[in-house]
Amino acid sequence: MVLTREEVEHIADLARLALTEEEKERFRQQLSAVLEYAARLQELDTEAIPPTATVLPLRNVMRPDEPRPPAPREDILANAPEAEEACFKVPAIWE
Amino acid sequence: MHLYDLTIHEARALLDAGEISAVELTQAVIDRILAVDNDVRAYLTLTPEVALEQARAADAMVGAGLAPVPSAPAQGQPQGWPLRGIPIAVKDIICTAGIPTTCGSRILEDFVPPYDATVVARLKAAGAVILGKTNTDEFAMGSSTENSAFFPTHNPWDLERVPGGSSGGSAAAVAAGECLGALGTDTGGSVRQPAALCGIVGLKPTYGRVSRYGLIAFASSLDQVGVLTRDVTDAAILLGVIAGHDPLDSTSLDVPVPDYTAALTGDIRGMRVGVPREYFIPGMQPEVEAAVRAALEKLADLGAEIVEVSLPHTDYALPVYYLIAPAEASANLARYDGVRYGLRIVGESLEDTYKQTRGRGFGPEVKRRIMLGTYALSAGYYDAYYLKAQKVRTLIKGDFDRAFEQVDVIVAPTSPTTAFRIGEKTEDPLQMYLSDIFTLSVNLAGICGINVPCGFDAQGLPIGLQMMGPALGEMTILRVAYAYEQATDWHTRRPPI
Repeated sequence: MVLTREEVEHIADLARLALTEEEKERFRQQLSAVLEYAARLQELDTEAIPPTATVLPLRNVMRPDEPRPPAPREDILANAPEAEEACFKVPAIWE
Repeated sequence: MHLYDLTIHEARALLDAGEISAVELTQAVIDRILAVDNDVRAYLTLTPEVALEQARAADAMVGAGLAPVPSAPAQGQPQGWPLRGIPIAVKDIICTAGIPTTCGSRILEDFVPPYDATVVARLKAAGAVILGKTNTDEFAMGSSTENSAFFPTHNPWDLERVPGGSSGGSAAAVAAGECLGALGTDTGGSVRQPAALCGIVGLKPTYGRVSRYGLIAFASSLDQVGVLTRDVTDAAILLGVIAGHDPLDSTSLDVPVPDYTAALTGDIRGMRVGVPREYFIPGMQPEVEAAVRAALEKLADLGAEIVEVSLPHTDYALPVYYLIAPAEASANLARYDGVRYGLRIVGESLEDTYKQTRGRGFGPEVKRRIMLGTYALSAGYYDAYYLKAQKVRTLIKGDFDRAFEQVDVIVAPTSPTTAFRIGEKTEDPLQMYLSDIFTLSVNLAGICGINVPCGFDAQGLPIGLQMMGPALGEMTILRVAYAYEQATDWHTRRPPI
């Protein structure tokens, strides 16, 4: 197995995912199988090969900075789990 | 012939001749949905009132004796109203103003976008009637539509089998007569593979050819909107409507859109068709190989020159894809934190709220991929997994660049098997991933591909033929696909449902 249970818990923590005990074990096995399969990439010598992040020629795309009407605030807030007075409402982060 | 069985171009002719109205056509398709969708389950959301209103507006244009030009015709968009009165379905990962867009996920179950994706705006500007939103694997992650958080979609050719995925709802809807055409998305084969398994046409355009503004992101260097239709002519028409530059998507290409229907000549004499030896592998269903070999003979009969080519890094496409796509997904899906939209499960702290929201809001496949991507990007593993995958991606792209110096188009199977049974692969993610083995490379290389039906297996399940073209080679693949289609009658078959 490629992954330990502690590693699975660490990854879940980085990804902000609460997992059940059963999920941790299942993901450990399934992710290990995928990573073992992916190990075949190490067969290839890529020392001199540049990485491809995108197939497009990398470039900045500029546009004139012109004001446009924004989306109505109430349309945006309509999707919020909780809103108050034109603001998104979130749990307190300081006690 | 039922109205719901018409192709877009057949319906276009009847509508323009005044032989049918858009309301009649739309009502016929809605009735068809009501008759079969309890079994097929292609739709997550149906909007019959909206559709009939759009159909009445389409009819009123004719009654008023005018077909006004859209107020702001998009660059490259066909003039007039190519889709006036044509009922179309949209995959539920593409934003529709005022209509729920769930991505097949509990985390967006109640999300109602405040705006239309550019492709939806273009459908509307072309006069289309929008029937509703089709089922998808959660966030388009899957190959069977079984990863939808709501229910699986069933293959109209055999209801015990999957329609493919992730655009399985769109593919099943087109095959079953529940729309005349549909939009899907293709990150690793999610338009072509379900098209193959449902016996229809599915086209994945070149990366950047179609705007992704309003497409909810999965893997940003791979995602592309595509079309699912009953024949190649319809694919050319629908692509012509949605293709083109969009100032709201900085990855969209500022390149003129050709008239794709001009590619439908039927003449492929002298064209060079490449057959990649790596796409005929031991594990594939023998009937699939036989059907593809027969299709190659048909192309030779039509005057094409068949050339063996090699894409030597094909074997590595699957691991490259399953590192790059999850890595990008883990970043894109970080936005689902229960603050601005979507589900919120309140925890003991803000951080716990994030974890509970995401832990319960995402299904198993999405969590697997977020974890895989997080791991591949994490300190100590980045070079070995993510960077390595990006380097091998360069090699895969190079394979295609070299092959397209020799040939105009590359022809191969779309999927190694026909439709598999519901539940058959859900316990083993790696087996599920292998069903995309022939489609992933096109996305990694950023090129275009199309599936056309090329036969049936002994159980009556459709077999798909894939044609791959170079970047912006849509005219080429449409030309070859049309010539093949016109020389065969696979596309005229309809499922027994």
